[in-house]
Amino acid sequence: MNRCAVIGIGQTRHAAKRDDVSLAGLVREAALRALADAGLGFSDIDAVVIGKAPDTFEGVMMPELYLADALGAVGKPMMRVHTAGSVGGSTAIVAAHLVQAGVHKRVLTVAFEKQSESEAMWALSPKFPFQPPLLAGAGGYFAPLVRSYIRRSGAPPEVGIKVSVKDRKNALKNPYAHLLLPDISDEVVEKSPMLWDPIRYLETCPSSDGAAAMVLAAEDSLGGVTNPAWVLASEVRSEPTMFAGRDQVNPRAGRDCAKALYAGAGITEPRRQIDVAEVYVPFSWFEPMWMENLGFAPENEGWRLTLDGATSMTGDLPINPSGGVLSTNPIGASGMIRFAEAAMQVRGTAGAHQVDGAKIAMGHAYGGASQFFAMWLVGRDKP
Amino acid sequence: MSGPVTRFKSPVRFVFDVPAGPTVSRFLAAVAEGRLFGQRCPTCAKVYVPPKVACPRCGDPLSPEQLPVKETGTVTSFCVVNVPYEGQTMKLPYVYASILLDGADIPFPHLVDAEPADVRMGLRVRATWSDALGPTLESIRAFVPTGEPDAPFDAYKEHL
Repeated sequence: MNRCAVIGIGQTRHAAKRDDVSLAGLVREAALRALADAGLGFSDIDAVVIGKAPDTFEGVMMPELYLADALGAVGKPMMRVHTAGSVGGSTAIVAAHLVQAGVHKRVLTVAFEKQSESEAMWALSPKFPFQPPLLAGAGGYFAPLVRSYIRRSGAPPEVGIKVSVKDRKNALKNPYAHLLLPDISDEVVEKSPMLWDPIRYLETCPSSDGAAAMVLAAEDSLGGVTNPAWVLASEVRSEPTMFAGRDQVNPRAGRDCAKALYAGAGITEPRRQIDVAEVYVPFSWFEPMWMENLGFAPENEGWRLTLDGATSMTGDLPINPSGGVLSTNPIGASGMIRFAEAAMQVRGTAGAHQVDGAKIAMGHAYGGASQFFAMWLVGRDKP
Repeated sequence: MSGPVTRFKSPVRFVFDVPAGPTVSRFLAAVAEGRLFGQRCPTCAKVYVPPKVACPRCGDPLSPEQLPVKETGTVTSFCVVNVPYEGQTMKLPYVYASILLDGADIPFPHLVDAEPADVRMGLRVRATWSDALGPTLESIRAFVPTGEPDAPFDAYKEHL
């Protein structure tokens, strides 16, 4: 497998409503910034891989068809990836595969969502045939899982609140973060409305318009970039929505994905060897849940990392220095933002939310009913 | 005309005709008569309610035998929904619960008709049927508490 590196990263301004741009304008904003970061133009790109979540989020069927020209893809290979909320991660991985397989030298990968054009709650609450209309968005689906985690682990009730405060404080140092809540505190979160009991309003991600893009390149095509983020390993796993005995709190697909990822990069002690991780946490309690799923903590003890401060910017495993999905959530792009932020950490370009000396970083995304997983590890040093 | 055009309304409506397929069709026909049944995977022996064509774990077709399951079960987990959204037809708040029927090996989502504060993991419930039965799980109006003691955590911890 050929080596692959991230040589350009771009994000849009993320906001609740980007009335100033169309879908095409939104993806182009991220793409042009990624190209500028790499010192390249569209003519230097061999192929484009684009991702987004369900089309009902904007009401545009197959938007990739009409976005080709905005992304300079005319006359080039272009494909769309779709794995629900994990799509931003799996899209980047497909792009990396094209470079690693030696098919292309430089691939532009873009992910987006413009949630303001529809209503995600409606889009995620279809009336399934032959069933009562009980679905109430992602929160309604994930709240019972959070309740199960709390019961199973015996975690104290304040853990979700602590995650929420930590990520919103981190976001204040990220110029691209959508949701800025300078007055956030445990008390403010605790008193916010209980939307999907046990998930409160301020323990929930916002709804954002935004896009992210990266330029991935082969070792002999780095151009003038001297601080690439090397792709050390990447993995994708999935599992059925429902089967008897399925552990939805700590899904096997996620555990298997992480295990294979670490093996691929020669990681034997993830907690010690990985310096920082951007993990897909759309509801606060998913931080401790994923700490266990990713093998950073033993089962039922992920919450201790949060309470001990290990996952804070000053801890030994900072989680979501960018403010995470809890601060910025253009759904289809959220996974790619995780992957891109991980790359920024090892390139040393994360600015005020930089983790000093980060050498190995993880990007993580999940989607569907906790059933699609995409992860990568990127490194400062060439593998 | 002055100023930029920022937004215009573009409604989209989906209406689909969905075939149930033979397996689900048999189950829904029973539901329309106020009856529930499960089907077992011949390999892992798990009982699926509603039945599926094949076991999602083993890939084998489920045995055709219709196994009776009870109308009582256990709430394994739940969410109290307080959020309104466009097109929602449920009255808020409502309790969306995963219910493990006695005799089944997988919970399915349904409504619990009780005060939200009285709903717990392990709560024992019973199906109450709608006056208007039809080929849909909406024929079960809701599950209501039976008044039995709660199921112990160990009884349903493998179903979370």
